[in-house]
Amino acid sequence: MATPKQEAHWAATKHLMIITMIIWFFFSIVVFAFGPEINTIKFLGYPLAYYMTAQGSLLAFVILIFWSNKRQEKIDNEFGFSDKDREDD
Amino acid sequence: MAKSKFINDLPKIYGIYTGGFALFVLLMAFAEKQGMSAKTIGLCFVGFTIVVYAAIGIISRTVQVDAYYLAGRQVPTVFNGMATAADWMSGASFVAMAGGIYFGGYTYMAFLVGWTGGYVLVSSLLAPYLRKFGCYTVPDFIGTRYGGNLPRFLAVIVLFLASFVYVTAQINATGTIASRALGISFEVGIWVGLVSILLCAMLGGMRAVTWTQVAQYIVLIIAYLIPIFWMSWKNGFGIFPHVSLGAEVQRLAELEAQYGLIKNAPDAIKAAGVPGGLASISVPHSAVPASGMAAWSYISLAICMMVGTASLPHILMRYFTTPSVTSARRSVGWSLFFIFLLYFSAPMLATLSKIQLLDPNFKTAIIGKKISDVMQIEWVKNWMAVGQVYIADFNKDGILQLNEWFMRADVVVLATPEVAGLPYFISGLVAAGGLAAAMSTADGLILAIANALSHDVYYKMIDPKASVTTRLIVARALLVIIGILAALAASYRFTSGGVGSAILSGVAWAFDFAMSGLFWPLVLGVWWKRATRSGAIAGMTTGTIAGTWYLIYVTPAFMGQPIPWWAPGVDSLRFGIVGSVVCLVTMVVVSLLTKPESKAVQDMVDECRIASGKVIIKHS
Repeated sequence: MATPKQEAHWAATKHLMIITMIIWFFFSIVVFAFGPEINTIKFLGYPLAYYMTAQGSLLAFVILIFWSNKRQEKIDNEFGFSDKDREDD
Repeated sequence: MAKSKFINDLPKIYGIYTGGFALFVLLMAFAEKQGMSAKTIGLCFVGFTIVVYAAIGIISRTVQVDAYYLAGRQVPTVFNGMATAADWMSGASFVAMAGGIYFGGYTYMAFLVGWTGGYVLVSSLLAPYLRKFGCYTVPDFIGTRYGGNLPRFLAVIVLFLASFVYVTAQINATGTIASRALGISFEVGIWVGLVSILLCAMLGGMRAVTWTQVAQYIVLIIAYLIPIFWMSWKNGFGIFPHVSLGAEVQRLAELEAQYGLIKNAPDAIKAAGVPGGLASISVPHSAVPASGMAAWSYISLAICMMVGTASLPHILMRYFTTPSVTSARRSVGWSLFFIFLLYFSAPMLATLSKIQLLDPNFKTAIIGKKISDVMQIEWVKNWMAVGQVYIADFNKDGILQLNEWFMRADVVVLATPEVAGLPYFISGLVAAGGLAAAMSTADGLILAIANALSHDVYYKMIDPKASVTTRLIVARALLVIIGILAALAASYRFTSGGVGSAILSGVAWAFDFAMSGLFWPLVLGVWWKRATRSGAIAGMTTGTIAGTWYLIYVTPAFMGQPIPWWAPGVDSLRFGIVGSVVCLVTMVVVSLLTKPESKAVQDMVDECRIASGKVIIKHS
């Protein structure tokens, strides 16, 4: 059975996963559901929907992964499940 | 385990390698000035790089199982990122993507979002947990989590379906590049490509593939970015086009309005004698089609590619090679960063290449010019001679209209340097980059298939007492057999319909197969303790069968039925949506109807959810 500490760690991990998925959903799907509407806005001179599919969402995914990893490592440390001092396998 | 000297020296080794490659490029530039022929330069580029990859493959040979399957689990985070990026970016990404954007505009760019967004799923849902499991292959995880040989075997089948379709497309790409850029015949290109792929992978397995993929990434990213930066600078957009092409994208919209985007009737195209697979621009570059259906077709394609990404075994297995769970997770971020470098440049290449041809303010423009003059341009003559571009004067006015200019999508990447008037050695560099992209992906795929067959089928199911030597011999023999089968399939051009589109539909199908059969069993295996063995078996079986049936049902080459009312917009590129929904529903229903798994399994899932501690699977 999972110890209470494991349960708490997993709850925090799940929470982070859900937030990450929501941001992911926004940049991969929601933005493009409104493609025609946002394409009238200009960003760096590019129509916005074009910019998002060419560069914007891609960049958002890169940043999202690094951000989410940082948060996850913090969670792992907090509950003492970090693999920093793990045994070699 | 102390870091070996080799691992510590990696930055230095690849630094020297990159310097050496830059030197080689300069040498070729010099040779061109001295009058070396274009064909020789192309062959030098391709020959030199292939010899280097093969040398790395041979140096990395190994007789240890851990090194063969997992590269000894000591691939540093950033290098694993590069290797994954090379593993990921296929011939399609390198050769066909910019061309696809050139012709398909905004709608096509769903592939860009789909092929990057999936890494968020890999990083959050799968990679760290699979690394904690310590499996050799993806079916190894399924087999251990759900228990018994049947789930393992089903996972092998899905893996085989997805990876084999994909590798056929890659070997097809090596043949295409060899024949287009080097003037070698398609068939010879395929077999030469296969031999070089096997040389990289056979002796050292995952270890050799890892270190050649890093080398291939360096070549492919240099080969993709240098021509773009150079062209951008030459046309006065500055060295970094990504921030400065906004005005040009708007200018293209103006030009499209001025020239008119005319879709030629198929009969007219046929009557004019346009070779198959060539197209004219008929879709706006940046405008978004305003129907709800268009938005759905964009989003559904992106979903298929993203979910497929998170289920493709040859990508997931790259994260088994990192030293720790945290490094596996970080490595996903680096992978996406290295992939991003190429993907956010592809639309810029498409824009540059289009504006050069369309905008009369550019010397290189051809639209609106006299056809007799255009026919005299050197690159037009060259590519027309090999049937890659074509002019059909529909209205017989002797002036080239936008809808009268035909070219093959691959030409955008392969010929743009020539169009811009860049020296030929750049074209040689591009050919080497394209081959690196196709070879590195083929390496990873063939290895994924052969490893699953040797480890999961042979060792785990047929002969669990096999000695290390026998296992490695079987693994290598399978590698050769799979390679030959893939090359044979590629040479028959099963996925026909123009070579460019064959590469692409082959790739898209691989994603759909993987998402139909593997996504939910993998994700629920980690995230839902209640998922049971029977549920996984039912899910994988029904998902794969439903997806495959739907593919056969709607594909024109098979049954060619109209898309049913209950799956609007889901065509043969998107059949994974049907497969994965069926898989999810059956897996959840059957899991809930069957008894929960034993305490041992529950504990195993708990254990895999934390980063610390030992790996779960003990390999002998």
